[in-house]
Amino acid sequence: MSLTNKNISRRKFVTVSSLSSMAFTIGFYFPAASKGIGEIITAQNADEKGIELSAWISIDAAGIVTLLNHRSEMGQGSFQTVPQIIAEELEVDLDKVKITFAPGNSKKFGSQITGGSSTVRGSYKALLQTGAAAREMLIAAAAKNWNVAPTECYAALGMVIHRSSGKKLGYGTLVAAAAKMPIPKQVVLKERKDYKLIGNPLQRQDIPLKTNGKAIFGLDKKIPGMLYAVVERNPRFQGKIKSLDDSAAKAMPGVKQVVKVAMPVFGFTREGVAVVADSLWTAMQARKLLKIEWDDEGFEHLSTEKLYGRMREDLNKPGLTQRKGGNFDAHFQNSANQLDLVYETPYESHSCMEPLNCIAHVQGDHCEVWGPIQGPDWVQSDISQRLKIPIENVTVNMTFLGGGFGRKAFTDYTFEAVLISKEMKAPVQVVWTREDDMTQGPFRPGAVYGCKGSIQNGAIESFQVKMAAQNMDQQAAGADKTKFNGSTSEGFAEAYFKSIPNYRFADIPTESPIPVMWWRSVYSSTNGFAFESFIDEMAHAAKKDPLDFRRSHLAGKRYQVVLDQLEKMTNWKNRSKNDGWGIAITECFKTIVGEAVKVSKNAEGKMVIDKVIAVMDCGWYVNPDIIQAQIEGSIVMALGAATVHETHFEDGKAVEKNFNTYPMPRINEIPAIEVHIIDNQENAGGVGEPALPAFAPALCNAIFNLTGKRIRKLPFKLSEV
Amino acid sequence: MTTYNLNINGKNFSVQADPKMPLLWAIRDLANLTGTKYGCGIAQCGACTVHLNGTPVRSCSVPVSAVANQKITTIEGLSEDNTHALQQAWIKEQVPQCGYCQSGHLMAAAALLKRIPHPTDKEIDTAMQGLICRCGTYPRIRKAIKTAAEMISKPVAVNQK
Ligand code: FES
Ligand code: FES
Repeated sequence: MSLTNKNISRRKFVTVSSLSSMAFTIGFYFPAASKGIGEIITAQNADEKGIELSAWISIDAAGIVTLLNHRSEMGQGSFQTVPQIIAEELEVDLDKVKITFAPGNSKKFGSQITGGSSTVRGSYKALLQTGAAAREMLIAAAAKNWNVAPTECYAALGMVIHRSSGKKLGYGTLVAAAAKMPIPKQVVLKERKDYKLIGNPLQRQDIPLKTNGKAIFGLDKKIPGMLYAVVERNPRFQGKIKSLDDSAAKAMPGVKQVVKVAMPVFGFTREGVAVVADSLWTAMQARKLLKIEWDDEGFEHLSTEKLYGRMREDLNKPGLTQRKGGNFDAHFQNSANQLDLVYETPYESHSCMEPLNCIAHVQGDHCEVWGPIQGPDWVQSDISQRLKIPIENVTVNMTFLGGGFGRKAFTDYTFEAVLISKEMKAPVQVVWTREDDMTQGPFRPGAVYGCKGSIQNGAIESFQVKMAAQNMDQQAAGADKTKFNGSTSEGFAEAYFKSIPNYRFADIPTESPIPVMWWRSVYSSTNGFAFESFIDEMAHAAKKDPLDFRRSHLAGKRYQVVLDQLEKMTNWKNRSKNDGWGIAITECFKTIVGEAVKVSKNAEGKMVIDKVIAVMDCGWYVNPDIIQAQIEGSIVMALGAATVHETHFEDGKAVEKNFNTYPMPRINEIPAIEVHIIDNQENAGGVGEPALPAFAPALCNAIFNLTGKRIRKLPFKLSEV
Repeated sequence: MTTYNLNINGKNFSVQADPKMPLLWAIRDLANLTGTKYGCGIAQCGACTVHLNGTPVRSCSVPVSAVANQKITTIEGLSEDNTHALQQAWIKEQVPQCGYCQSGHLMAAAALLKRIPHPTDKEIDTAMQGLICRCGTYPRIRKAIKTAAEMISKPVAVNQK
């Protein structure tokens, strides 16, 4: 087949039959040069063009539809959401559909990184079009068979139906013919009101696997002949092995080998000693017998105190401007109504419920890995580059993830497993104990925010935030340290930039050997606290109601609708004076979230959170129940980071090692959570993360409302307020 | 190494283990039942919860030598086909997110309902506060325990809903 469809605007459609003549497979791929939406192709002649097909939808002769999910399932529901989108336009019943994980392959699937809450917002248009194109081709095949016009036919529940005669053909009988149909130049997508699947709280198909122990997480995966390894890594992140006595460990029955391993972590290598054994328990026991001396010269051994002292000091520097408008300095200096405040947020561990682990099997110039992996395509290219083997020789298999939150997007643990397998010439599963997982990082960076601003005529006249924090992008060797942190203003509602005449956002990158990495909602997770606490303090200084104050600074329908909804759900105008109410509004990953928190003192005089109300505008959305679950989860995670746990450093090492010293919120500490999702036709925004940032400021604003006491440093203990 | 007979979900497993090996690893790696999870290893998270003679225990903190020949029930023994009321309630309320903690939560909840068929919020708190869910599914866990209690007492009424 020739490239006749080359000139279709923006997207090309190709047919291919390489998989099987008895199956009809259609998907899209991302041409090397394209950014954003990929090109839709089917499985007929991608081979001739040398294109590797992304097999999104495959329908076999028995009518079984297999959907390939290219995103990780780490709890956020992509296992359900992606197929729900495709099945809507394909007109199949989701129950008749098998879902498999796509292995890591960026050529096929474009970015597979499950991060930035991007699963839906990054690909939903292409997914809809792919489903619709397949449907049209199946209709065309049936119409040809009946010798009628395609317009006389429609598709429903996996069948094509001829409207006037009522004749029906199942998709299975049409696959061979459909694969030969030309790809439609244009497809008409359904309108939201006609959706049968999208917008409905359909049950997640992965859930039954998670209620009877059948779901296979990374840690549950077993490969024939697999050995187990645990690694004693340098507790100070960058030190070298000075001496090693492994004789006792090696003498333990079941221990196969003790190997030194240097795992790349950003611009450094983390040295460690791996004990490889025939069982995990044996490896764990033998590890305790290792005698290692570390050479920890040549880098700082920081403590939390020293680190935060440095960040506070750094606020005196001008900083690297990320975003500005008007003239902050001039207006701030001349104002009689100035605010100058500092907010602090802690370092945090991701502490996914499933500790890190990965199985690797290196055989000659081939490598296969299995594990809980957020970015399979990144893992694939990382291994290919570091082992210097062709990318197609690297297979990355995804299992279920027992949580990810950003941590499992990083490729250190996967490559460490590769190194150990290479040495052992066998498949090896490397398991991180909870202690390894909690102390080795990368962590969410803590931050100190210097906020200055002034009020004029009841409105914000000038506004400046300086963020002193480690810049995650500056950890690679040779990173440009003169460049501002692009995420400095992340989390600030976009409409504020229009209403505040003079503003400036700048960062001062903190120097530290502590590795840092995305943590659910990334910089917004800490920025939101500073921004929306400061806005609240400005509202108070302006003697305005905090909701009205935000309303007057957030022009635009979407913001106003969120505020209306908050006002309604809190009964804001008539709220009781005995309750403390606080609100906050943040925007991240193109989603606007307003949250309100209600606090009161219980009979013993202790502060309790009675209720959290969350209103999310994430634009076009798929499954409201999954969104609600993500909002609940984000709020619980935010509650932990605001009031329960913190990672400290002492002498260059993380202090908290397990849940006894790094506790988690428990069921008895969870307030009632009410959720409202706004219905509109805006572009899809993120869902898995954006509900996190607004919680901590809304809580602290509520405590201020009740007690008059401002909390400017997280975490704090509710019992001590 | 010693040989132990483990009675898990009504089946006998003869395993060779170090007497100090926690039951958790014997279940996962010797009996190959991977539904029971490792979360902390120090009795802090409850991911490893199983029943020992009907009582919930943290299998990470019980040595295998202490439980030989006793009746052990894991998530696989709650029911393999999701027919237990709690599993149905978990599905109905769409509790799991990542799902990693849920075996432990289900086992703790099963023991609770056996003891107290209609637990109050306080009783749920007491029975469940030893467990961690990092994904924050707590509101739904609470709801699902109540749904399951209803299902058990009025199976027909709930099915018809
Ligand atoms: S693994 Fe046993 S309580 Fe955490
Ligand atoms: S569902 Fe993920 S830890 Fe509970």
